[in-house]
Amino acid sequence: MILILSRLFRAWRERNAAASHDAVDAAVIPAPTSLIAGTKSHPGRRTPAGGGPLTLLAHQVRFDLLAAFRNPRARFFTIAFPIILLVILAGVFGHGTTVVDGVHVKLSHFYIPGILAMSIITSAYATLVVSIASARETGILKRRRATPVSATILIGGQALATLVTTAAMTAVLLLIGRFAYGFSVAPGALVAIACTVIVGTLSFACISYAVAGLIGSVDAAQPIVQATVMPLYFISGIWIPNENLSHTLQSIASVFPVEHLASALHLASVHSSFSAAFAPKDLLVLAIWGLAAAAIAARRFSWLPSVATA
Amino acid sequence: MTVPPAVLTVAGMLTNSLEVAMAQRQAANTPNEAVIAVRGLRKRYGSDEAVRGIDLEVRRGEIFAFLGPNGAGKTTTVEILEGFRTATAGTVEVLGADPANAPAHWRERIGVVLQESQAEPGLTVRECLQLYSGYYRAPRPVDETLALVGLREQADQRATSLSGGQRRRLDVALALAGDPELVFLDEPTTGFDPSARRLAWEVIAGLREIGKTVFLTTHYMDEAERLADRIAVIAAGRIVASGTPQTLGDRNLSAARISLTLPHDASIRDLPEPLAERAQGQGGGHVLIESHTVAADLHALSGWALARGFDLDDLDVTRPTLEDVYLSLTQSETATETARSQR
Repeated sequence: MILILSRLFRAWRERNAAASHDAVDAAVIPAPTSLIAGTKSHPGRRTPAGGGPLTLLAHQVRFDLLAAFRNPRARFFTIAFPIILLVILAGVFGHGTTVVDGVHVKLSHFYIPGILAMSIITSAYATLVVSIASARETGILKRRRATPVSATILIGGQALATLVTTAAMTAVLLLIGRFAYGFSVAPGALVAIACTVIVGTLSFACISYAVAGLIGSVDAAQPIVQATVMPLYFISGIWIPNENLSHTLQSIASVFPVEHLASALHLASVHSSFSAAFAPKDLLVLAIWGLAAAAIAARRFSWLPSVATA
Repeated sequence: MTVPPAVLTVAGMLTNSLEVAMAQRQAANTPNEAVIAVRGLRKRYGSDEAVRGIDLEVRRGEIFAFLGPNGAGKTTTVEILEGFRTATAGTVEVLGADPANAPAHWRERIGVVLQESQAEPGLTVRECLQLYSGYYRAPRPVDETLALVGLREQADQRATSLSGGQRRRLDVALALAGDPELVFLDEPTTGFDPSARRLAWEVIAGLREIGKTVFLTTHYMDEAERLADRIAVIAAGRIVASGTPQTLGDRNLSAARISLTLPHDASIRDLPEPLAERAQGQGGGHVLIESHTVAADLHALSGWALARGFDLDDLDVTRPTLEDVYLSLTQSETATETARSQR
């Protein structure tokens, strides 16, 4: 049966090749196998790659989220650690007060946007740099780039998966703030927070690709991440209110994106209307950092492991 | 890739098992079509020239082994063929396109197993394959590919929990996800124990059965001998020999060696006339005879032994093994290279 069919097919193909005036045999031949496999494997169903860039992007995001959620270290640092830190800081220092944008606030309320900023940076920078560098050095990125998938889908998928994580953590921290510490956010301020989370996450994701492009090994990733971020946590209004810091430290901090992310979130935590809660200048600085990092990444980032073998 | 609409109609009518028959037929029909054509390829890293002008041709449906010691330029060449590096000089054509400037859909038709790549963290074996299948417009069915590489029972295990051999077979499965025509395997069994190698070999030999063209790099002679239809040997960036496993380095034409031990009361001079001249004493009565006419020499030898009434207990006839040929080829080239660079 099979033999008869294949013979028929061959006869048809020979006739077809003879009929087409200038079709070179070789050009026609590669097509059937892949087509047969395609029609056979998914009758009436398109693959993500066949369904357009958005379908493919959703496919990538789904698997990136799955992988991230199953990573116990990422789970601890992105979910558990910010919550633990918030509970400790609010528990120990929560009864004091500080001033944010001219408004007196309880320290427990000050820590909620501060820890939120830290949690975004943990997901979109600390975890991301390590995961990009290790995927590159273990050949995973190279193997993915050996397939037809584009760099845009891989990078965009990872950025979106990170955004889903930071958005979820924002919701979790705001809910804990509300029910444990009586911290409420007006709808206008919530929109401002959402804008900040999006701009902040995407900017830090760009910075991650730039940093991952500049470092040559996974071993270097963790110390570099901590060295770049830890000092800034102390001087950027994450753990210590800005009014307790000297002007010099404050002006140093204002150069870096950490302070602007924290500042934008703090602003939204003390105002209720969108216009008062929205911080265009901070978001602009974040966006500039993001774009500059993207430019560096475009020049320096490689998909191949850094140790080349002959 | 332009496809006449009639192909789509016929393709839609074809049944599952026919795919294999078709693929084999297709391979059989066009045995001389070059899938890879390389001319005068050079690659320089700074002042170091890793590849020094090589020519290669790989035909549809064959397993082509690219054999050479570590650092000979194998991986550099493969990376150029895969489009990861650009050539310094020469022309490269893979499936009709220059890999360095190939259009995106070119990658639909190739599969790549890298020399070193680890499993996707956090995903199960099946999920890894689903992820990669999604990158292609016409992927193979996931479960069929898992069965092909023998990982059906591990489908729901985390990929990172697999053994080395299983992980390598997952790499092969990922390379097959898009149902490619051409598969690159870069040192697929390095560091394997013998049973894992055997399993991997079965998988690779299976690729030929489903009509794939395979470009295999290895530094194991037995691997090339066992799997390849044709072999090219590279040493210090140059092709030093090419041929089938049987003819490589004129192995089939070189002299056979007949070895035996003489009885106590006989010496080399007692051997029949034509053999006595060529025989070399090895001490302790051991004798080695180089022979281009094995049948005649053995006939003379056995007649002589029968007449004298003793058995040829340890008679042995050998030809140089592929390993002998390979070692002599790669050593002489590397030695010449060293001498040249010292000058």
